[in-house]
Amino acid sequence: MRRVAVTGLGVFASTGRDAESFFSNLVNARSAIRRITLFDPSALSVQIAAEVADYCPTDHFPLKRLDLLDRFAQFGLLAAEQAMKSSGIEVRDEERPRFGVVMGSGMGGVNTFDSGYFNLYAKQATRLHPFTIPKIMHNAPTSQICMEYGAQGPSLTTATACSSAGHAMGEAFHMIKYGMADVMLAGGTDAPITYGMMRGWESVRVLATGNGDPSRACRPFSADREGFVLGEGAGVLFLEEMEHARKRGAKIIAELAGFGMTSDASHITQPSIIGPARAMRLAMDEAGVTPQDVDYINAHGTGTQLNDLTETQVIKEVFKEDARRVAISSTKSMHGHAMGATGAIEMVATLMALDRGVIPPTANYTRPDPQCDLDYVPNQAREKKVRAALSNSFAFGGLNAVLLVRRME
Amino acid sequence: MNVADKVIEIITREQHLEPGTVSIDSTFAELGIDSLDGVNILFALEEEFKIDIPDAVAQNMKSVRQVVDSLTRVIEGKDIADLVAMAKGDAPAQAS
Repeated sequence: MRRVAVTGLGVFASTGRDAESFFSNLVNARSAIRRITLFDPSALSVQIAAEVADYCPTDHFPLKRLDLLDRFAQFGLLAAEQAMKSSGIEVRDEERPRFGVVMGSGMGGVNTFDSGYFNLYAKQATRLHPFTIPKIMHNAPTSQICMEYGAQGPSLTTATACSSAGHAMGEAFHMIKYGMADVMLAGGTDAPITYGMMRGWESVRVLATGNGDPSRACRPFSADREGFVLGEGAGVLFLEEMEHARKRGAKIIAELAGFGMTSDASHITQPSIIGPARAMRLAMDEAGVTPQDVDYINAHGTGTQLNDLTETQVIKEVFKEDARRVAISSTKSMHGHAMGATGAIEMVATLMALDRGVIPPTANYTRPDPQCDLDYVPNQAREKKVRAALSNSFAFGGLNAVLLVRRME
Repeated sequence: MNVADKVIEIITREQHLEPGTVSIDSTFAELGIDSLDGVNILFALEEEFKIDIPDAVAQNMKSVRQVVDSLTRVIEGKDIADLVAMAKGDAPAQAS
């Protein structure tokens, strides 16, 4: 059976624009949540988000290239560039048909949508810019990354809301495992912090308000949690068939060993217990591990009342007596909920925890919720050897993606 | 500024080219303008001159001179039936 190694990673997020600074900020419980600067948020009830602050596109791309890149595609390309570099690979021409890209995006090119529709509806423009369609399409980042690195193998885009990146990495993992490809770039990207998106989320009443103290607004698993905070960015992994990685002497960060994918088939926003629980079990079953082998869970941990309660119940259901032993944290407390990117950003955090033996904390934890009574690694990072870790993504729409990574001994 | 100068300015700007790169004799192929760049340039010209360039005419614009000639006729409201016919293949194509 073919196995899959993670040999490269890249992250471009609010909490850091490379893996080292990203992880350092997480370990030091530094939240990137601030008052919104991308537009004037004064009219909104929620005026905070986790932006990639002071990001200047022309620092990274030539003008001609930028014409065709929405913000979400830019982030995807930047994270992919890091993943390629850190893998140290030179993909040979004859390998390109077995080199693919799978990226997730929950929202697509909403910045382009927003400004185009503003012109169309508010300013009575009679036409949209001809680059609108190639910029907004969900697969733009996947295609742009394929073009950049000459990836000609199986490639696609997943759009499963908050699970998009989880599904992307899982699909890419299986493509290698089952022989469709030898190397893959996989992850997710989203840049959903627009006036329109904020209005949309505001009316669902799931956002933390916290305008007075933005950095402490997102408090997953804490009794006083108020909701999630929108984030943005991208995460990308370089995945490689194990022998392929060994032959070229690549540093193997971890083995991606399990992927559980399920559907709640119950409610368009409310999570179930059984769907996520089955996804966690499937990921462990595929990897051939049991809860005793898992030392860390990077939780979906949005910080809403319902998610964190349900996720706690899910972990108890799956882990039984090990539920109280396993370390659980939500790094969304710091980088916010980056929608279709979030699973990949969190996977980078998970892989670095595994690699460094340090578990990033759940920041802003103030007091225990009697119903959320597990070990959420509150506020302080913890040194701990992590043999295997799970990363949970449970999406609106009930589509769940859970990945299992483990250390190579 | 005449139509030719304005067209050259817009192509230079939209393609992010160095000033002086584009001349009346440049072809789109020489300037590296692909089909998507072409529709972008047409969009910018339509915005600038507040006109609609019919698809049939747009398809024939492969050089700066063709753009200027076609645009001048559209701006001046002249009959463009021959251009439309040419695009449809009803008339012998002119040397470009």
